[in-house]
Amino acid sequence: MNRPKESIYTLGEIEQGAPCCVPEPHLQIQDLTVSYGAKTVLSQVSLDIYKGCITALIGPSGCGKTSFLSTLNRLTDHHPNAHVSGKIFFDGQDLLHDPVNTLKLRRRIGMIFQKPNPFPLSIWRNLELPLKEHGVCDRHERQRKIEQALKDVGLWDEVSDRLQTSAMALSGGQQQRLCIARALVLEPEILLMDEPCSALDPIASAVVEELILRLRGRYTVVIVTHNLAQARRVANYAGFFWMTERVGKLIEFGQCQHLFEAPIHALTAAYISGARG
Amino acid sequence: MADRVFTWLLLACALLVVSALLWVLSDVVLQGTAHFSWQFLFAAPIDAGRAGGIGPILVSTLWLLLIALIVALPLGLGVAIWLSEFAHGNSRFASSTGITLDILAGVPSIVYGLFGNAFFSIYLGLGFSLLSGGLTLACMILPVFVRTCEAGLRAVNDDWRRGALALGMTRSTAIWHIVLPAARPAIVAGLILSIGRATAETAALLFTSGYVDRMPGSLLDSGRALAVHIYDLSMNVTGGDGAAYASALVLVTLIIVLNTLAQSLVDHWFKRRLKIA
Amino acid sequence: MHSNGSRVDRRLTILLLGMAGATALLLALIMLFLLSEAWSFFANRWMDGSWLQLFYSQNWYPLEGQFGMAPMILSSLAVTVGAVALALPLGLGSAIFLQFYASPRSAQSFRLLLNVLAGIPSVVFGLWGLTRLVPLITSWQPPGASMLAAIVVLTLMILPTIALTSASSLASVPRELLAGSTALGLRRNTQILYIILPAARAGISSGVLLATARALGETLAVLMVAGNVVQNPSGLFEPVRVLTANIALEMAYAMGDHRASLFASGLLLTVLVWLLSWFAHHVSRANKQERQHG
Repeated sequence: MNRPKESIYTLGEIEQGAPCCVPEPHLQIQDLTVSYGAKTVLSQVSLDIYKGCITALIGPSGCGKTSFLSTLNRLTDHHPNAHVSGKIFFDGQDLLHDPVNTLKLRRRIGMIFQKPNPFPLSIWRNLELPLKEHGVCDRHERQRKIEQALKDVGLWDEVSDRLQTSAMALSGGQQQRLCIARALVLEPEILLMDEPCSALDPIASAVVEELILRLRGRYTVVIVTHNLAQARRVANYAGFFWMTERVGKLIEFGQCQHLFEAPIHALTAAYISGARG
Repeated sequence: MADRVFTWLLLACALLVVSALLWVLSDVVLQGTAHFSWQFLFAAPIDAGRAGGIGPILVSTLWLLLIALIVALPLGLGVAIWLSEFAHGNSRFASSTGITLDILAGVPSIVYGLFGNAFFSIYLGLGFSLLSGGLTLACMILPVFVRTCEAGLRAVNDDWRRGALALGMTRSTAIWHIVLPAARPAIVAGLILSIGRATAETAALLFTSGYVDRMPGSLLDSGRALAVHIYDLSMNVTGGDGAAYASALVLVTLIIVLNTLAQSLVDHWFKRRLKIA
Repeated sequence: MHSNGSRVDRRLTILLLGMAGATALLLALIMLFLLSEAWSFFANRWMDGSWLQLFYSQNWYPLEGQFGMAPMILSSLAVTVGAVALALPLGLGSAIFLQFYASPRSAQSFRLLLNVLAGIPSVVFGLWGLTRLVPLITSWQPPGASMLAAIVVLTLMILPTIALTSASSLASVPRELLAGSTALGLRRNTQILYIILPAARAGISSGVLLATARALGETLAVLMVAGNVVQNPSGLFEPVRVLTANIALEMAYAMGDHRASLFASGLLLTVLVWLLSWFAHHVSRANKQERQHG
């Protein structure tokens, strides 16, 4: 922990992150409704995700936050009876209605899951496989990108001497950072994070949280979290989801500070003060 | 007191089982080695098998096995992948295929012999030949192989599939590089089970590949499998017991060797891509 | 509208779907051929109900048009039941010994022996039965080739399977259950009989049912030692002929209705095995549910 931070991270000091939150929407979501079969889990969600900012989504379990994330990179396509309606604008295209190459889309919008899921391959292979899949054929280029990604997540110093060993042998926190590196190596624009710290112990969680902070400015991050303190520490914007009549809804969305310090909606106020949920 | 009796009873059970099984095994090994020589492996049988060797029979056995595996393995693995990765369980076609596979896995081998005789030998006009015998064996091992592989594929951690999708990898890549290697133990188990059943089979071959003990000239020639040879020597040839035991020893050894070979081949093949140190 | 982006994936899906279709077709073909070959037998006898003779008539004179399979059906059942009745206590007993009493080293070699023997072809057991067991029985009670020989050979054949599946279901009983009952001060045999065995019942019984199906469907090992005389199983030392052996023995020269009747007996065997596996499936599922709710 007491190593000079410059040597671990190539993303730079937290304070040196690009001036955040030029209010320019990166993703515009309008009237998004998600249902599985006859059951609607998320209804009429509209919000903008701003470029270079961290947007935290908070709220109790089962109110559709994860489903919301999965629609943004069209992972819901692979759920046999999921139905998504509404509009998601990204780069001038409606992700839900215009012809979109989902493979290329997912390269631009990466995703991190709650449980670290490195492939049962070597550390190196974990990063190399996605690169090869996206047509990075030059070996030296791959090498450079992999090293860069591992340095970005502060994993290089820890694993550079055992890149050919199984990724499954890493600790939970290291695995999660490897998963983040695996997403970063594809040079995405947006990162979706589904409770990236909730399966980790407090120390590993703090390391990952610090890493997320460093991503600010360079990537647009949407993070789902149950940890209100964490949301408050990392996010620029925050959205509060709540279940009404068993359907998830976005109750309130705004700048993180406003949402936590002066919530407009009574439900939000009750939730963040710990009274409900 | 009761505890003591119970323990002794269990010990007696175990001893009885061990001694009976050892009796069979030692008989096969002792009687087999008594009649065995290296000549025996390569020479043609003389005097209905009382003298000479099992050269042509060994060749026929390997041909039968080869045909069965070449047909059943790719087909079986394909069906297993389809059932576990693409058919979403709710498809009626998938569930009825599954049920039929279960039923066919339990059908006695002599019934496969009846089918093979009616379909391959007579209807398709292949006659008593290595080809109709091998194809009958393929039908027989297919259900077991599919079910074992499918169970292994289903047991593969779903997080890896989602991770691969979220990285914009095609499902083909995910299956080839991640899911199949992870299901390797089950595939090996299915392979070993299939080899064991196909090599040991007698009843299904009596009326499909026949019992001509000459060296097969082509796949349309009749050929005698090792198991059929043992049956014929012991039932129809007086004074053939010694040769029968030697053949039994060869058969058991062959199965063990083939299993080891299958295990190491599959391991080697996957390890090239897995790179787990 | 929703372009999915990957041509490779689409091709793979089509390829695999084709394979699944081919397999389904093959399965249908197997059923179709068994039925169509047996059909003439049933068709000729359907109207006057004489096809039922298959099940109750004692007379198996196929060349004279008499197709009573009752003795062979009974023999098949008797031999199977006998083998399972012998193999179950022995296999279960040795599985308990293996799991709870044996030292790690002897357990390991016991397991190795069982694994080797589970892979031995049935025809080798038949050979052994014919050359060792039958002469032994002959010297005691001729003719030797008898129901007893068939039962012993089948028992040896299914023993490794029963012992191994029982041992693995005993091993999958949660350790806390054992620790809990030890904490209650229960004696070892009480623990095993009343706590461990009931908990492992599902796995054991589905293993036993599969072994039963194997014994019922076994052809050559039984054919080689059972004597193959068509008669009701009246005593352990009497020769009998089972359904599977009958097919193997007569298929070579069977024509017309005779051949069709052999296919009919093949169908009958298939139905019996289906019933067993259906039963096995339900036992394991019922037990799983019980465990989930209980």
